[in-house]
Amino acid sequence: MDINSNKQHTYWNPYFAGFLMGIILLLTFYITGRGLGASGAAKALVTQTVHAVATTHAENNTYYADQFKGGKIPISNWLVFEVLGVIIGAFISGSLSGRAFFRVQHSPNITSKKRLWLALLGGALFGFGAQFAKGCTSGAALSGMAVLSLGGYITMLSIFGGAYLFAYFFRKLWI
Amino acid sequence: MGPLIPEYISPEWNNVVAIVLGIAFGYVMESAGFSSSRKLVGVFYGYDFAVLRVFFTAAITASLGLLFMDYFGWVDMAALDGLPARVYPIIVGGIIMGLGFVIGGFCPGTCVTAIGIGKLDGYVFFGGIMLGVFVFSEMFPLLEGFYNSGNVGDVSVPEYFNINPYWFTAVVALVAVIAFYVTLQIRKKVKKVQY
Repeated sequence: MDINSNKQHTYWNPYFAGFLMGIILLLTFYITGRGLGASGAAKALVTQTVHAVATTHAENNTYYADQFKGGKIPISNWLVFEVLGVIIGAFISGSLSGRAFFRVQHSPNITSKKRLWLALLGGALFGFGAQFAKGCTSGAALSGMAVLSLGGYITMLSIFGGAYLFAYFFRKLWI
Repeated sequence: MGPLIPEYISPEWNNVVAIVLGIAFGYVMESAGFSSSRKLVGVFYGYDFAVLRVFFTAAITASLGLLFMDYFGWVDMAALDGLPARVYPIIVGGIIMGLGFVIGGFCPGTCVTAIGIGKLDGYVFFGGIMLGVFVFSEMFPLLEGFYNSGNVGDVSVPEYFNINPYWFTAVVALVAVIAFYVTLQIRKKVKKVQY
């Protein structure tokens, strides 16, 4: 616990980090014409797996089949490579500041086991919800807002609005 | 005129570019503390507003950059990859995502960042995302009607409300600065949380 509390001050200034993130996003649009994302990589992994295990089943479902249109291979999606990069980048930054090691992070009010079950549930809800919005906080909200997209702004307001709506009921998990 | 791929850079470089940009994105997210679920959810309980500060600074920086590049004729902002605004599904999906955020403490991008530094809760959260995607995909025949409802097309906010994009972005920036100041005052009043 002591280690964690000291590390708190080694994070970057949030405005500096936000500025750099904005520049990276700007470069992404300028080079590739698209934005950054994350949930799309999980979608690609799921679709590829389902297709490998039950090919006809995947071909009969338009949601899976759309990702194979024109001979495309979901697993070679741009976002899969981008997410691999994110893992590498996070590892580099974490290693340089002594934050890279295996552990479960949770509030002292809950056990590690509870934290892991809640992470699974939260992830499932996020993955499910992201399909409706065609993207998550990075792909739909952040990248969408960068191009002033109406969908991006609505996604951002709904995610944060939803979180504030439910935050009170889950406060014991965090504070 | 951008985008550089495929006009100036061969599309074969696309995946290499993806990894390089991903590394930069992951490096910045981790350095900002986005690999910590307890730091992230601070924005919902008033003890840490890093998410708000980083997120809005990034969105506004990118918007301003794109507006300038559009003005100089380097990119056509309207042609960039926006998403079709299917209003109702986005609102429902967003609220479900918000619920997932306060329960799981991550969003997909930040959970991948957490995976990079060995947070096991990040790995499990990613497994959860895959589970959620799987359930949605399997239920798709039932959800398809709603999924395609309320589509107003790939429009920008200024287009939709018929306002000037420069003024709109200026107002968003002003709102962000006010939010930064107000949250600073809130944080002073809220009990500190050690993490």
